[in-house]
Amino acid sequence: MAYATTAGHGEHDDHHPTGWRRWIYSTNHKDIGTMYIILSLVAALIGGVMSWMIRLELAEPGIQFFDNTQFYNVLVTAHGFLMVFFVVMPAMIGGFGNWFVPLMIGAPDMAFPRMNNISFWLTAAGLTLLVSSAFVGEGPGTGWTVYPPLSSIAYHPGAAVDFGILALHLAGAGSILGAINLIVTVFNMRAPGMTLHRMPLFVWAILVTAFLLLLALPVLAGALTMLLTDRNFGTSFYAVSGGGDPLLWQHLFWFFGHPEVYIIILPAFGIISQIISTFSKKPVFGYLGMAYAMCAIGFVGFIVWAHHMYTSGIGTNARAYFTVATMIIAVPTGIKIFSWLATMWGGSIDFKAPMMFALGFLWLFVIGGVTGVVLANAGIDFVMHDTYYVVAHFHYVMAIAAIFAMFGAYYYWIGKMSGRQYSERLAQIQFWIFFIGVNVLFFPQHFLGLGGMPRRIPDYPDAFAGWNMVSSVGAAITMVGTLMFYYIIWHTFRYGKTAEANPWGEGATTLEWTVPSPAPFHTHEELPVIGAGDHGHGPLHGGVQPAE
Amino acid sequence: MEPTKGVELWPVQLSQHAQQVDWVILAFTALLVVLVLPVFAAMIYFAVKYRRGSMADRSPSASRNVWLEASWSVIPFLLAGVFFAWAASLYFDLFHPPADSLGIDVVAKQWMWKFEHPGGQREIDTLHVPVNTPVELTMISEDVIHSLYFPALRIKQDVLPGRYTRLWFKADKVGEYHLHCAEFCGTDHARMGGSLIVLDPEGYQRWLGQAGADTSLAAAGEALFRKYGCSGCHGANSSVRAPNLAGVYGSPVPLDGGGTVIADERYIRDSVLFPKKQVAAGYKPIMPTFQGQVSEEDLLKLIAYIKSLS
Repeated sequence: MAYATTAGHGEHDDHHPTGWRRWIYSTNHKDIGTMYIILSLVAALIGGVMSWMIRLELAEPGIQFFDNTQFYNVLVTAHGFLMVFFVVMPAMIGGFGNWFVPLMIGAPDMAFPRMNNISFWLTAAGLTLLVSSAFVGEGPGTGWTVYPPLSSIAYHPGAAVDFGILALHLAGAGSILGAINLIVTVFNMRAPGMTLHRMPLFVWAILVTAFLLLLALPVLAGALTMLLTDRNFGTSFYAVSGGGDPLLWQHLFWFFGHPEVYIIILPAFGIISQIISTFSKKPVFGYLGMAYAMCAIGFVGFIVWAHHMYTSGIGTNARAYFTVATMIIAVPTGIKIFSWLATMWGGSIDFKAPMMFALGFLWLFVIGGVTGVVLANAGIDFVMHDTYYVVAHFHYVMAIAAIFAMFGAYYYWIGKMSGRQYSERLAQIQFWIFFIGVNVLFFPQHFLGLGGMPRRIPDYPDAFAGWNMVSSVGAAITMVGTLMFYYIIWHTFRYGKTAEANPWGEGATTLEWTVPSPAPFHTHEELPVIGAGDHGHGPLHGGVQPAE
Repeated sequence: MEPTKGVELWPVQLSQHAQQVDWVILAFTALLVVLVLPVFAAMIYFAVKYRRGSMADRSPSASRNVWLEASWSVIPFLLAGVFFAWAASLYFDLFHPPADSLGIDVVAKQWMWKFEHPGGQREIDTLHVPVNTPVELTMISEDVIHSLYFPALRIKQDVLPGRYTRLWFKADKVGEYHLHCAEFCGTDHARMGGSLIVLDPEGYQRWLGQAGADTSLAAAGEALFRKYGCSGCHGANSSVRAPNLAGVYGSPVPLDGGGTVIADERYIRDSVLFPKKQVAAGYKPIMPTFQGQVSEEDLLKLIAYIKSLS
């Protein structure tokens, strides 16, 4: 915990760069967080347009628009890369993590402000490189999993895949630095009295996520480097002809890739905990269980990777182990869900837009979680693997669920970030459009998968036509809901009412609500002191005593 | 199965295994619905009952309850164990093909499936099999990773370069069914599919006759055995000392430097391509590699020949 304050270092207040220098050179956690959020919003629009193009092609059997099927494959690949690495991760960790971890633990800024800056710009460079890869040669049509030999130089000649690899290297380096920054900040810069067991659950979530990043991303970096040398310098880590093994890539990729889905969803858990507690006007039920359930999910997430590889030819005993390990994840996940419900139990629930999105998150996450338990069985996965059932599963459980948490977070915190409050009426409409849209979009894909439709195909047998059309209609509804969100952002900045320091009332007990809205450039320069008292909402919620 | 336009909820069950898998899927889904419905019910119930301004009694709202938390940790844990034990038994049978299976070789490449029957009949993207007969596929890819997927049989298996994978099934209904490539394999992945045609035994014999093959796989392999010069060393009258291959298939081979290996397809394939990797005990590592010279299809024929020697 930090006991030295920056009070007395008044010269900091004068350091308030303006114009482009404020952003390009920024070392301020709020400005960097804002830039991450803008980057995510831009990438989301690109990735979203790609998904609508995909659904447009899939609305009917036969090839409608993509006579060049390689281009379709490039879209599928880029959609995955963008949404995972440049939409959810930057918004959740770089955006909300940067903005609110220091505010919530009572720290004046992140531990390494300059490293924070380079983290962002590495991510931005990665995004640029990834988007430009689509315009190099035939583009990377490898799927986001980049399995060799399809991604090898023989089957993807040209620099497109190398662009993709280097894009992930840059974004990965940015994320590793960001993770180090967050871990150091949480461990060293908490305000007096803010013990680990008093931290808000969002901070816990980001802390666990940062450890996952730190442990998983170097594995991806190593695997990518081997792929890069295989492609360009004649090594054969994955090339059969040189004694290599393409399954090595799959093991390394999923050793990163499975923790990656928790990297995406754990911050969402944190956000949902804050929102449900705030709008139920109750501290989170079973705070310690919630915090350590996230630790357990993080740990188990590292030992289940080969459930992505049941059909690859791994041994029977390995399959049995990965089945049982995967099922165990249901236990800490169940703790989270039951505790969120118990938080609502006996509360006084206010159905503001963030709360609606949190309830929507529960709906999506539970459905996606249940199909995950089905898929965990190797015996069932032999039929489901690489079908639309899997597509439906992971969009429910991590993609759309994470997006719902992000929407909830935007509405929850936009007043604090911008100083203006969103229009509740518009946000409620946007919630319903988006909620209906994604369910119409993704629920029928379960049926397509059960019917045997493989994924990553632009064309399919006529038997699948019906549900595909329904799914594409859902995509159109989702598109309306998405574009409306961008309109609401514009509307908020243009017409939004001035936000109070705490627009949510007594349920919002975390420290960010004690500073004015918008949060000043420098906050917590006098470190707040967190008491052990029982201020109605309890210290276990990161609840704050009035500053002594 | 006639491809029907529109809405198909459930593909036909073409084997006993498919029925078992469907049973597990349905039962699993039903069980999980039973577990999940209370969650949604509680969510809606709490949302209505404890809405702001309602007159609900809010006194029992604790923020901790050890027994509650323990129960919702331990019960799902036990349930996971039960689910696992039940589902695990299902897939063990998938890896134990009956001994009397009809062996068919599969070579995948971008973007086609090549099938070779023991009698030498070859076909592309269409696989004819007899009904009620166990069929075992030995599969390998010439380029990237593919995956052979039979929705009606509820099975799939990745097809890898450089190693054999296998899949077995016993179709129990005559008819025509889809087969797909399930593993993303590049530009024309979507078009890499075809039909599984299940015939009655007479129909299958008739088809074998019509498909016409001059030589069986094993006979073709014997010709290749001479063509590539294998017989020069491994033949009965050779002057160079090399292991005699008669009867070697399926039997343990003692290795130079200790250990033994079962001479299966993998070992034979590796011995042709990487002859210095696992040298049979008592022989010098003098065999040259045939990597880049023998195609995957020829390798399968050579293996068929060596199998026929036992």
